[in-house]
Amino acid sequence: MATTTTNPTISTFEDALDELGVDLTRTAADEFAATLDDVVRDPAVGVPLPFDVAYPDSVTVDPTPAALERAETGVTPASFGVANYGSVLLPSTADGAEPVSLYPELHVPVVRASDVLPDLPEALDRFGDVARENGASTVVATGPSATADMGELVLGAHGPEAVHVVMLDE
Amino acid sequence: MSKGDKAAEIRRLMATEGPAIEENTKGFNRRRREAVADLENYEELRTRAREIKEDAIDRLPELIDELRESVEANGGHLYVADDPEDANRYVRNVVADNGAERVVKSKSMTTEELEVNDALEADGVDVVETDLGEWVVQLADETPSHLIAPAIHRSRESIADLFREVFDPDDPPETADELTTFARNRLGELIRDADVGVTGANFVTADSGTMALVTSEGNARKCAVAPDTHVAVAGVEKVIPSTDDLSPFLELLARSGTGQDLTAYVSLLTPPVDSPTLDFDDDETPLSERGSDREFHLVLVDNGRMAMREDDQLRETLYCIRCGQCSNSCANFQHVGGHAFGGETYSGGIGTGWEAGIEGLDTAAEFNDFCTGCSRCVNGCPTKIDIPWINTVVRDRVNRGTEPEGYDFLVEGLTPDEEPGGLDLDKRLFGNFETLAKLGSATAPVSNWLADTGPARWALERVAGVDSRRDLPEFQRETLVDWFRNRVSTVSDPTREAVLYPDVYTNHVQVERGKAAVRVLEALGVSVRIPSMPSSGRAPLSQGMIATAEAHAHDVYGALAEHVDAGRDVVVIEPSDLAMFEREYERFLADASVERLQEHSYEIMEYVYGLLENGADADALRGGDGHEVAYHAHCQQRTLGLEAHTTAVLEALDYDVVTSDVECCGMAGSFGYKDTYYELSMDVGDDLAEQFSTAETRDRTVVASGTSCLEQLDALLARPSRHPVELVAPR
Repeated sequence: MATTTTNPTISTFEDALDELGVDLTRTAADEFAATLDDVVRDPAVGVPLPFDVAYPDSVTVDPTPAALERAETGVTPASFGVANYGSVLLPSTADGAEPVSLYPELHVPVVRASDVLPDLPEALDRFGDVARENGASTVVATGPSATADMGELVLGAHGPEAVHVVMLDE
Repeated sequence: MSKGDKAAEIRRLMATEGPAIEENTKGFNRRRREAVADLENYEELRTRAREIKEDAIDRLPELIDELRESVEANGGHLYVADDPEDANRYVRNVVADNGAERVVKSKSMTTEELEVNDALEADGVDVVETDLGEWVVQLADETPSHLIAPAIHRSRESIADLFREVFDPDDPPETADELTTFARNRLGELIRDADVGVTGANFVTADSGTMALVTSEGNARKCAVAPDTHVAVAGVEKVIPSTDDLSPFLELLARSGTGQDLTAYVSLLTPPVDSPTLDFDDDETPLSERGSDREFHLVLVDNGRMAMREDDQLRETLYCIRCGQCSNSCANFQHVGGHAFGGETYSGGIGTGWEAGIEGLDTAAEFNDFCTGCSRCVNGCPTKIDIPWINTVVRDRVNRGTEPEGYDFLVEGLTPDEEPGGLDLDKRLFGNFETLAKLGSATAPVSNWLADTGPARWALERVAGVDSRRDLPEFQRETLVDWFRNRVSTVSDPTREAVLYPDVYTNHVQVERGKAAVRVLEALGVSVRIPSMPSSGRAPLSQGMIATAEAHAHDVYGALAEHVDAGRDVVVIEPSDLAMFEREYERFLADASVERLQEHSYEIMEYVYGLLENGADADALRGGDGHEVAYHAHCQQRTLGLEAHTTAVLEALDYDVVTSDVECCGMAGSFGYKDTYYELSMDVGDDLAEQFSTAETRDRTVVASGTSCLEQLDALLARPSRHPVELVAPR
């Protein structure tokens, strides 16, 4: 734990993730590699992060599709968090953030604490600007993949069965 | 389908699919109620969603033009298809141009409507549904039974049986976890090598060409980005102006459907997306170097929607965001599901509007009767569609489309309505209940005796479909209006003046509740009048006889206007009649008229509550002294938010009240009399019978507000039930 905060948006985000059964680990930039090393299951793959942090050696950055298929963990950046729903916005990018967040059993989104927004309208506002400008795509992901089609709720239908958010305090 | 066949089909579905559907829909419905109660700005969101939809449908052609520019600027293709053949031809060409052998699909009701799978399979293409529920439906060669939960009619055990039959696995999966893993592995392999992905789209924004795909499983994400080509198929009504408009819909959609805040994944794709295409055999090229040379086609489907847009009554259907709330909250749907309460594609309350617009009246007519107009779905619709009204309109059009099948002057004489000659006899009989009641009272008790004889019941069942297992209403010789006319008021110095509205049932059958209402009002110092009045039009309206109902509305307003002008309150005993004044009369009367009527109209117990709050002496009424009561409110009364007043009055008078949370005790009113629906009516009513037969409730006095509730309760329970006003009236 690098910092503690009484920021109400952050504590709302923490509560919402807790309710979704999503783990959260907070870390500072210089501890990021060590923190992530503890969080991921091997083999782990990741896409380059647009933050000033280094990946641990345990994560294969920019994997091949075959490596992605073998991976247990996928690490991707989240452009925003949505505090009240515990959602993360995962941009679909040319380096494969979309499949890396979807195929492995464990997904680890990395979000900056300063990018956690209070609610969905605010997040969609920001998304709308880039969608109109350059045709951006994103996934609003809230908890793990789930289905109730087989008679009761089961996690991990087509997507990850677990999500572990790493929040970067800067 | 004949009525007998239909009754048999309903029985079959109640026995086979009913239990799973009931459990699942009730779970969705309960979670929805909890989820929206937590939402501070729920009503604001509904208002906003409605406004956006009204505007979008109004400007649809111009929005489609704008969308085309956006999609093409992004590098995708937009095709607007006139009908299923046109849409399927386009999709087949895309698939053929790519030399595709397998298409993976994410669940899409629009492609069900078009029967895209059949079209592609005819070309030799392997089509695989990847939503787990939809895959089950595909394997079983069935149709979806629910807008958002296609396999809702199947239990875990029946899915396990199906997998065993189809795949004959060495180690057959049994638990939900095992079944899911089995499906995921199997589908994962199929998606891996697919050539084209087909999805629907929940919303498409004109400003950016972004489409929203709302899912929980993640299969839509895989279908959209794993193969090299993505085809999205959606009705034209899915277009909304801008990404800024998405949030109210996204916040309402999952909540209204399943009670979740958001589903796990809301993909906001502005295709063609940048994600690299995937070839899992490639262990050489890093993802970032694979490139994203992908093709995107958006197929927008008209198939009757542009005509619905021009149709003043059906237009609202286009505001539907397919959340399934109207199915989940519907007592009848909960018991038979979408395979009875549905057409070729769409099911549930709003399904009638869709099928009428897309397939035509014949298809819509097959399940239109299942909507009794109870209005239970109204307050939960995220875009505030008046679903019962759409069903009434469709019923009216079905009536009018019927060719005369022979002319029965006896029935014609009993039916002085505004309807065409070919109308079904049973509808005509029920729709003209007022005339029947007048005749019944005038000739009682002979009419009651005669109607209850074997030959008469046989004839009633044969000619008009009145089920002989159901007790008929007993007409009173002395009507409420007659009784009141010969009576001297006990109020000398009135605090208020009220007109007690003599609805048909209170006037002719349940006269005692009318007399009790008079005693209560007078005991509280209100001067009462009961003029002879036309019936509200509820009976013809529920048979889809709109012109007749409208004629009643004008007559009723004419009869009440002067009383309202004289400062008299209008007090209504029958909740379904008050609901006419509050809801349907807005369709028939001038705005100023209906406002004036609504402003001065009250449900009887609501009025008593108001009198007591304003200082009337509660001691003038019969106190309960702890008397134990089980109270069932009427569905339409609940939609109007009026059920709490009755409970409050009873509790203020020291009754010990337990209320039922069963929102509808059966197929309301006349539907329980129809032989086609009698068994369904009793099955639905069983929920209430159970609730009023527990250790805590079985000895309680049963009170209910509505005529249909009282009749249904009398049919279900050994002990009698009555209106709450009879309980509190001084003797």
